[in-house]
Parts: sequence; C-alpha cells; structure tokens
Amino acid sequence: MVDEQTKKSYQQYVEAKIPKTKAWPSLFHAFWVGGLICCLGQLLMDLLLEFMPGMSKAGAAAWMLVALIFLASFLTAIGVFDRIGAFAGAGTFVPITGFSNSITSPAMEFRHEGIVFGMTAKMFIIAGPVIVFGVVGSILVGLIRLLTGNLL
Amino acid sequence: MLDPILYLKVFAVGGLICLIGQVLIITTKITPARILVAFVLAGVLLEGIGVYKYITEFAGAGAIVPIVGFGAAIAKGAIEMGAADGIMGVLAGGLVATAAGIAAAVGFAFVFALIFKPRTKKC
Repeated sequence: MVDEQTKKSYQQYVEAKIPKTKAWPSLFHAFWVGGLICCLGQLLMDLLLEFMPGMSKAGAAAWMLVALIFLASFLTAIGVFDRIGAFAGAGTFVPITGFSNSITSPAMEFRHEGIVFGMTAKMFIIAGPVIVFGVVGSILVGLIRLLTGNLL
Repeated sequence: MLDPILYLKVFAVGGLICLIGQVLIITTKITPARILVAFVLAGVLLEGIGVYKYITEFAGAGAIVPIVGFGAAIAKGAIEMGAADGIMGVLAGGLVATAAGIAAAVGFAFVFALIFKPRTKKC
C-alpha cells in the first residue's frame, strides 16, 4: 500500500517545481509569432509567384514550405530555435517550423548514441506519430470519399 | 502585388490556430506532441468533409503553414489520387502529396545533426 500522505506531498512538490508559464503573455506571444510565421510564408509564396516564370500556386506553396522547413532546421542546429520556442510556445511549434524542429532537435541530441539507433531512429520520436496518424487518417478519408463517389 | 487584406487574414487565421494550441498547453495537461497529432487529425477531417479548401482560399499561408495544413494536404493527396487511380491512389496519394516536406525535413535534419554539435542546455 502506498502512503497517500507521501504521494500527496510529492505531488505538491512537483507542482511547485514545474516552471510556470505565465498564461496571458504566452497566449499573446503564441498568436503574434504564429501569425508572423504564416505571413512570412505568404510573402515567400507571393514573391515566387511574382518573379519565377511558370510557377504554379501549388509549386509556390511547396517551395515555401521547404524554405520554412530549412529555416527552422538551421535555427535549431545553431541553437536559436529553442530560445524562440521558449518565448512563443505554440506560435513556433504549431506551424511547419515545429515539425522541422521536432526532427532536427532529437537527431542532434541523440547523435552521440550512434547514427542508426541514435540519430536516425530518434528523429521520428514526434514526427513519427504525426506521420502515422496523418497517413492512417488519409487512408480512411480517401477510402470513404472513394466509396461515396466524391459526392462533395 | 501584395494584398494587405490578405496578409491580415493570413496573420489572423495562422495566429488563431497557434493560439488554440497554446490554450490547450496552458489549460490541459496534453503534451505538445499529442496536440500536433490532434491538429493533423483535425486537418485530415476538415479536408475529408471538404471544408479546408475554403479556409485555404480565405487565409492562404495562414492555413497552409500550420500543421493542420499538413493534415489537410495528406488527406487531399489521398482523395485526389484515389479519385484518379482507385485504392492504390488512396494508399499512395497521401505520402506523395507530402513527400517533399517530409524528405526536406529529414534531409536537413540529417545533414545538420552531422555538422552541428548540440548546445549543452542551461538549467
């Protein structure tokens, strides 16, 4: 039988030790940083469509996403992304920049455990579930839409 | 060429999606990784019922850049290739549509992890 008293006091100790995120400022920072990252994406798309002959909308979106992924990966590598992330929370990890960071960050962290079982295996510790649920969901949705004959 | 109204929409919608994520972090004990999974599934669902294309038309990058857009893109790929090629299209379409992004993220991570040393975290 576990001592309830000890359990409770430990719980309180943990609660006290967890760094508190100040609610209101963090909501504000998440909003404007997230919005700004999306605006940067829009700017990249607009510039590509304007100056690259024969660029399609889908092509511009793809180039823009790859550019943001590169930027986030590089900023993670030089240790800047973590600082922006600590400041903006969901503002940096909900955009595609967070997906990129979630791959580069563990890849670097687990590099010392070897290339195969360290770096390349741990790369997908967060991106793995994201891709798995995305793929499984897309198969379900794709099958339903196929069977319903694209009524929508 | 730059439409200020569009940028306002991009900022508002993109910011709002991130704000929802931050609200979930603060008010619940859901870990960020689970929030990302939930957002991807939300994108898959919204694309599945045919709604997300209107959000993208309205907000441009504000709908494409957040991870919800990744979910929508993977579902869109499966639906569109499924309509063209049947069941094989459903299976292949999702990853084909998102392959460039995934490959870029993996490729950059691979190269940078080999070049850069992780900084020791200050506690």
